[in-house]
Amino acid sequence: MTTLFQQLINGLSLGSIYALLALGYTMVYGIIKLINFAHGDIYMLGAFWGYYTINFWHFNFLFALLSAMIVCAAAGVVIEYFAYRPLRHAPRITALITAIGVSYFLENGMSYLYGADTRDFPQVIKQVNFNFWGVRVSNIQILILATACLLMILLQLIIKKTKMGRAMRAVSVDPDAAELVGINLNRTISFTFALGSSMAGAAGVLIGLYYNSIDPLMGMTPGIKAFVAAVVGGIGSVPGASLGGFLIGLLETAVQSVGLSAYKDAAVYLVLIIILLVLPAGIFGKNVKEKV
Amino acid sequence: MKKKMIKRVTGIAAIAMSAVIFAGCSTAKTSSQGNDQTGSTVKIGVNLELSGAAGGYGNQMKQGIQMATNEINDKGGVNVNGKKKKIKLIIKDNKTSTSTSASVAAQLSNNDKVNAIIGTATTNAGTAAIPNETKAKVPALSPSATDPNFTLQKSGKVQPYVFRACYQNNFQGGTGAKFIYNNLKAKRVAVLGDNSTDYGTGLAKSFKKQFKGKVVDTQYFSAGDKDFNAILTSFKHKKVDAIYAPGYYSEIGLIIKQARQMGLNVPVVGSDGMADAKLVQIAGAKNASNIYYTTPFSQTVAKSNPTAAKFLKAYKARYHTDAPTFSALAYDSTYMIKQAIESQKSANSVKITKGLADIKNFNGVTGKISIDGHHDADKPIAVEHLNNGKVVGSTQIK
Repeated sequence: MTTLFQQLINGLSLGSIYALLALGYTMVYGIIKLINFAHGDIYMLGAFWGYYTINFWHFNFLFALLSAMIVCAAAGVVIEYFAYRPLRHAPRITALITAIGVSYFLENGMSYLYGADTRDFPQVIKQVNFNFWGVRVSNIQILILATACLLMILLQLIIKKTKMGRAMRAVSVDPDAAELVGINLNRTISFTFALGSSMAGAAGVLIGLYYNSIDPLMGMTPGIKAFVAAVVGGIGSVPGASLGGFLIGLLETAVQSVGLSAYKDAAVYLVLIIILLVLPAGIFGKNVKEKV
Repeated sequence: MKKKMIKRVTGIAAIAMSAVIFAGCSTAKTSSQGNDQTGSTVKIGVNLELSGAAGGYGNQMKQGIQMATNEINDKGGVNVNGKKKKIKLIIKDNKTSTSTSASVAAQLSNNDKVNAIIGTATTNAGTAAIPNETKAKVPALSPSATDPNFTLQKSGKVQPYVFRACYQNNFQGGTGAKFIYNNLKAKRVAVLGDNSTDYGTGLAKSFKKQFKGKVVDTQYFSAGDKDFNAILTSFKHKKVDAIYAPGYYSEIGLIIKQARQMGLNVPVVGSDGMADAKLVQIAGAKNASNIYYTTPFSQTVAKSNPTAAKFLKAYKARYHTDAPTFSALAYDSTYMIKQAIESQKSANSVKITKGLADIKNFNGVTGKISIDGHHDADKPIAVEHLNNGKVVGSTQIK
C-alpha cells in the first residue's frame, strides 16, 4: 500500500513538470493554431539560465526561477517575431516545419556553444525528506508541485480576469474579428508566447533542481510528452493541459511500476493514438464543427 | 513504334550507365592494396559521433585523439621506417547515424585516402561502416564499441579490418556477476540497463547469463531519461540485495541519487561507462556511497601506471577537467595506431592492420593491452569502490 502511495507521489511530481510544459503548447495552439515544437527547447534554455545564474551570479533559487521565467519569455517573443510572424498568413504546415527547424536550431546551437555534455545543476535547496506513514516526500517534490499549481492558477487568472487575457481569448476565437474591434493582434500573440515560454522556463529550473542534471537535448522527450499531454487534455484548453500533464505523469509511473519500464514511452504514444482515434478533441476540448 | 524506340533508348542508357559504374569499380580495385602513406604526413581518419544522441561521448573521444596527436607531432611525429612523419587528422561527424557513418567511412578511405580510421563510439554506427572500410582495406579501431559481435563476421570469423580498444560485453558483464555473487555476497539482484545502446543491453544480457544468484527483476531505461523513481520504488518493494546497472554516468548518476534519496541503500554495481568524474557530481558526493564499477582505467590504478598518471595530468592541464574514460580510450587508440605503424615500419593501411593485430602488452592509459584473435582488447579488469564520492579501493577480479 505504501508502495502504491509512493508511486502516486512519484507520478504527481513528474506530471506537474509535463503539465507546466503542456500549458505552453496549448496556449500557443489555442491562439494561432501552431504546434510550437520549439517549446521543449525553451524549457532547456530555462534550465541552462538557472545553471549559469546560480553558479556564476550566485542567485538564490527564487531569483533564478523568476529570472529564468523572464528570460524565457523574452526568448519566446524573439522566436515568435523572427520565425513565426513572417509566416502568419502562410499555410499551417509551413509554420509547423519552421517550428521543428527552430527546435533543431536551439538544440544544436546550445550543443555547439556549451557542449553536449550533461551538467550537474547546483543544489541551492538542500533536500529534506518527510515521512508520512511510510511514504517519503521530499521538500523539492512539494516545491515542484506547489510552484506548478501556483503558476497554473496564476495563468488561469490572467486568462480569465485581465484585459490581455480577454484579448487572448478573443484572438483565439476569431483573429480577424478581434482585430476589427481594436485588439492589437501582434501584441496579443507575443504576450501569449511570453506567457507560455515563461512557464517552460520555470519548469526548466524546477527540473534542474529536482534531477540535478541538464543537457542541451533535455527538452526533446519531455517536449513531445507534454505535447501528448496537451492533446489528451484537449489542445487549446488550459485546465485540460494541466490535467493531461498529471495523467501522463501518472501513466508513465504506473507503466514503470508494473515492470514494463522499457515500454513507458511507447505507452504514452499509444495513449496519443487512442485519444486521437476515440476522443480527438481531448478531455476538455470543445467539439467545434468546422464549416466547409 | 515510338514505344519500342523509347525502350531501346532507355536500354542503351542503362547499359551505358552500368558500364560507367563498373568502370569506376574496376579502377578502384586495381589500385587497392590499401592506402599508401604519401607526402610528409600519415593521415588518420576520425569517424565519430560529434552530434546526435552519442555526441557527448564522441566529443570526449575527439579531445583524447587530438591530445595524443599533438603529443606525437610535438615529438616530431611517427617513425615510419626511419623517417619522422607528422600525423594529420581528418575528423568527420557521423551524427550518431548508421547511414552517415557508412558514408563517412567511404569518404575517409576513398577520397581522403587515410591510412587508418579511429571510430566509432557506438557499435551500431561502427558496424555500418565496416563494409566500406573492408572494401578499401583500411583498418578501423573503435575506442568503445563493446558488442561481442562487432569484430566478428556473421560466420563467426573475425572481421579482418575491425579492432576495438575496450572490453567486450561478455567479459565485463561476467566480471560484474562474479563480483556481486562472490565479493558482495548478494543473492537477489535487480538489473537496470540502458536499452538505447548495445552497450547497456549487451551487458545486461551477459550479466543475467552468468550471474549465479537470482535476478529478481530486469528493467530498462533509455538515454536521456531523468526519472527513475518509479522503477526504484518497485525495486525497494521487492527487497533486492544489489542493483546491477550497466549504462553511462549521465543516467546512472541520477539512478544513484534517486535511489539514495528514497532510502534504497543497496550496492549499485555498474560498468566502465560509469567511470567518470561527472558521476559523483550528478549523484551528489553524499549519495555516491556503496557504488562499484568494473573498469580498466581509474584514478587509483593510475597511481601505479605512469602512462595513465601522465595522461591525467596533461588532460587536466589542457581541458581543465578530469579525464573521462572515453578520452582515455581514444587516446590509447591513437597510440596503438602509432605502435602498429612503427612495428611494421610502414604506414600503408594493410600493414597497419597487421600491426594492430600483432599488438602485445601495449602500455596504455587504460592498462596493458594485447589484441587477441578476435581483435578484442585483452587487458586487466578491476572493480572500483566509491564511498562518499571518493574512490576508496579497488579489487582485482581474476
